[in-house]
Amino acid sequence: MAEKEKVFEIRDMDLYYGSFQALKKVNIDIYRHDVTALIGPSGCGKSTFLRSLNRMNDLVEGCRIEGKLLFDGEDFYGKDYDTIALRTKVGMVFQKPNPFPKSIYENLAYGPRLHGVKDRKKLDEIAERTLSQVGLWDEIKDRLGKSALGLSGGQAQRLCIARCLSVEPEVILMDEPTSALDPIATSKIEALIQELSKQYTIIIVTHNMQQAGRISDRTAFFFSGEILEAGDTRRLFTNPENPKTEEYITGRFG
Amino acid sequence: MRGKSLKVKETIIEKALFLCAAGSVTAVALITLFIFSSGYSVLRSYGPLNFIFGMDWSPVNGEYGILPLIAGTLEVTAGALILGVPAGIGCAVFLAEMAKERWAKLLKSAIELLAGIPSVVYGFFGLAIIVPAIRDWLLPAVQKIDPDVPASGFSVLAGAFVLGIMILPTIVSMSENAIRAVPLEFREASLALGADRRETITKVLVPAAKSGIFSSVILAMGRAVGETMAVLLITGNVPKVPTGPLDPAATLTGTIAMEMSYAGPEHQSALFAIGIVLFILIVILNSIALAVMKRFGGAV
Repeated sequence: MAEKEKVFEIRDMDLYYGSFQALKKVNIDIYRHDVTALIGPSGCGKSTFLRSLNRMNDLVEGCRIEGKLLFDGEDFYGKDYDTIALRTKVGMVFQKPNPFPKSIYENLAYGPRLHGVKDRKKLDEIAERTLSQVGLWDEIKDRLGKSALGLSGGQAQRLCIARCLSVEPEVILMDEPTSALDPIATSKIEALIQELSKQYTIIIVTHNMQQAGRISDRTAFFFSGEILEAGDTRRLFTNPENPKTEEYITGRFG
Repeated sequence: MRGKSLKVKETIIEKALFLCAAGSVTAVALITLFIFSSGYSVLRSYGPLNFIFGMDWSPVNGEYGILPLIAGTLEVTAGALILGVPAGIGCAVFLAEMAKERWAKLLKSAIELLAGIPSVVYGFFGLAIIVPAIRDWLLPAVQKIDPDVPASGFSVLAGAFVLGIMILPTIVSMSENAIRAVPLEFREASLALGADRRETITKVLVPAAKSGIFSSVILAMGRAVGETMAVLLITGNVPKVPTGPLDPAATLTGTIAMEMSYAGPEHQSALFAIGIVLFILIVILNSIALAVMKRFGGAV
């Protein structure tokens, strides 16, 4: 099998919040069209790591990052790197569904408009395409003008994924996207993630071991700011190399 | 034994608090009753429509048309809003989104200090600085275009300027709270779509905080309509419908304050009737603000 293309290449990454070191010497490669799961106990740094991939940590005062971080071969923490272009290519879906308090349509038109799409027909197309991608089109096509706040949790999260797709990203970061959802909504999102992985590269933080096992190709196990083990998901779950990994995935702590 | 005495204490406290509450409600009710009963006689003899839409306010001749006063109040208020609302919202955005914590605190307390300055001091400020500034700098320029422009400097513009400053604290602190109350998730969602800070502020944060911001504007409007002393000192108090920002104007509140001391019985009743109009106006504005806040569940 041919060597897969690397989307992110992270080498010796250290991240500090003030004087606290949240990530230590993190090394990982993320491959195109893979679903990469980040697992580990609370506070291990996996969300922090995820949020540094589209520079959302820039919002946190006192956050400092060192190391070599490449996205498509470019240093995305470099001085001249365009953060906005990065965030356009690396979209994000959050833990709590967070549609804007606007209509469903406006939620989907917001991103494209930022990037200069003004033509109503094009925006209509984007809305239909993205909603179809997440399997919401038939459910809500008759109430695109209604507030997005009236959607159920699962629908709202799928709308957020559609919103993320509306700016045609390469990578989708997902920060525990199903932790606020019921099991049925969760299984829909999981199926969606697998579907999306054909076109997009997905990195997902999850607390749910079964979820990581079900949907991911590769898994990285974070523990107190370090990646203790990373690799093929099936291998990691069936035959972990690190005893800590085994303890965690079998539920002995976490 | 102890339980019983506790219970007695609690009953006493409860009754006392009830009395306090009842007292303030009664006071409001009595004031309302008093204003309405005092103003009623002129409304009946002069006719409410003549009163509200009459163009001539000259109590000496028995004419009690308050349209010029209503126009004066509305124009000064509108001017204050035009000047104060953009400045106030801009300031709120700056405090909530841009200023460093330390600066935000400093600026905020400075703005809250504005709320504590007695209004007569604002009036004096207007009288000593704004009115002469308009007279000496603005008017000479305008007179070249329109030689008939009133030359005193006492004007709608002066009143609007000072009122615009006076309503800042209301707008800034309420709007800032509303913007701060917008969940972090909206901000993150917007940035994650590749929006910059300006786009996030103008297209997500401010719209999400709009009910709070709108309420602050309505309350500020109430404040501007009700303001007396500052306006009285600087608008010139000429009961004629002002046709431009440099015209002098008389307001509802200013007229009551100035004329009450020498008014005869009928004139006095007319002044109370102005009070009724003001009262209703303020009640309407406050109910709009409350309704908007309730409806959209905006932060107060």
